[in-house]
Amino acid sequence: MNLFISASLIEPAVGLIFWTTITFILLLILLGKFAWKPILNAIKTREEGIEKALASAESALNDMRELRANNDKILAEARNERDALIKEARDAKDAIINEAKSKAQKDADRILATAREQIINEKNAAVTELKNQVATLSIEIAEKILRSELSSDEKQKALVNNLMKDVNLN
Amino acid sequence: MTSEISTYKRFSSICFVIFALFISLSFDLNASEPIEPETHGTVSDSSHAAGAHAAKAHDPNAPVDITSIALEHVADSHSWHLWGEGHDAVALPLPIILYSSTKGLQVFSSGRFEHGHASYNGYSLVEEKVISEDPTESIFDISITKNVTQMLFSAILLFFLFTSIAKSYKTQGVTSAPKGKQSFFEPLITFVRDDIAKGNIGHGSDKYVPYLLTVFFMILVNNVFGMIPIGANLTGNIAFTLVLSVATLIITNINGNKNYWSHIFLPHAPKAIWPILIPIEIVGILTKPFALMIRLFANMTAGHIIVISLVGLIFVFKSIYIAPVSVAFALFIDVLECLVAFLQAYVFTMLTALFIGSAVADHNEDGGHNDDDEKLVVKH
Repeated sequence: MNLFISASLIEPAVGLIFWTTITFILLLILLGKFAWKPILNAIKTREEGIEKALASAESALNDMRELRANNDKILAEARNERDALIKEARDAKDAIINEAKSKAQKDADRILATAREQIINEKNAAVTELKNQVATLSIEIAEKILRSELSSDEKQKALVNNLMKDVNLN
Repeated sequence: MTSEISTYKRFSSICFVIFALFISLSFDLNASEPIEPETHGTVSDSSHAAGAHAAKAHDPNAPVDITSIALEHVADSHSWHLWGEGHDAVALPLPIILYSSTKGLQVFSSGRFEHGHASYNGYSLVEEKVISEDPTESIFDISITKNVTQMLFSAILLFFLFTSIAKSYKTQGVTSAPKGKQSFFEPLITFVRDDIAKGNIGHGSDKYVPYLLTVFFMILVNNVFGMIPIGANLTGNIAFTLVLSVATLIITNINGNKNYWSHIFLPHAPKAIWPILIPIEIVGILTKPFALMIRLFANMTAGHIIVISLVGLIFVFKSIYIAPVSVAFALFIDVLECLVAFLQAYVFTMLTALFIGSAVADHNEDGGHNDDDEKLVVKH
């Protein structure tokens, strides 16, 4: 009896084959249509979405890197420009100072020269005036002396004598 | 590495085939004898035998026939036995559907047989087989047995489970992270799609993914149900595994390309050994799915038999002190069976994918690679 039952173990039953076939085919069709197709599509869509998101993140990172590189470049350029500007400004300042200095020197020289000339002129005028004054004074003095010298006859004679003495009629 | 594994698998499957053939032949020889009196015997004979069996079960001193209990446990049944023995047994009667050559289609409850004690409408139930009293009548028993019930239940469960998961993709959108059921099953689905289908079939595997997924979850769910104490041993039933492996056989050979068939009928070997090689290759077409059938059946049935045998030790030794040992070992085997439930679902699906992959591969092992290399060279 045991052998009989165990033989039935490996003897496929027609009923179960029949029902398994029907159930399995139906399940395959129904699950294929209503479950596997939407699920697999959804998973695939999501995977593609994730892939796309990763790719866009990567490209965003690259963009950012590029942007940063650009920024650095711009910054470097700006720095260079600033340096150039500063240098230019310094040069300009130096030039202006130098120009001002030379101009001031020139002005000073010119003023000095004018002053010197004026001083000479003034001096000359003063000398002339002094000369005139001295001449006048001398004349006045000579007049006064002459007057005193010629105030009496003796004195006049004495003078003539004196003068005569000097004149050597040789 | 892979060739070693496949060689081992081929070897083990051949061993299975030889073993199964040997067993089936020996049982057929032995079984042909006792069938005779039962088919021709009267109803009173069989009911008497069943009565004696019931009486034996009730006698506390009689030796317990563990073998028949174990074999009944793993076999299909026309009623869903829940608990109890003999007359105290609580069982759910299931519908009997018969197609008779003389009476046509007949449907009635298995409760009419009263656990094999009564005959109904000219039929009686002997050793879970419906037998007609009219020797000229041939019947096809397409009853909703315990296994069919569980299969229908699991199919409905799978359908509602996966359509609800499909719906949650629709309602939550595809960009959100999976939740609940979705997060448990999505890794399994992607595992079947990526590792099993794409890994073994390669390009164009998408076409076979629905089949592989259905097979995988059908086997997995029924393996797990089989481990629940009152569950049916559907995946350990050879009829079920037969249908699945025939499906694999059909899909493999329908999709077989030129290379696949030329490998079978025009092997790369001297023509002198073609008469040997070609029959071997043709047999090989059948042995691959045959091995699938036997592997799943034998693995699941063996697990169940080991568990019930371990529990049966208590009754063989008639000592309660064996119980802790039995329970410990049975627990160990049960945990192992948890692994086997997943493993066998994986192995069946993986090998199906492997067979399909070998049938649809673009090139065979000898010339194909060179062709591809040349193509690559041309492209570059």
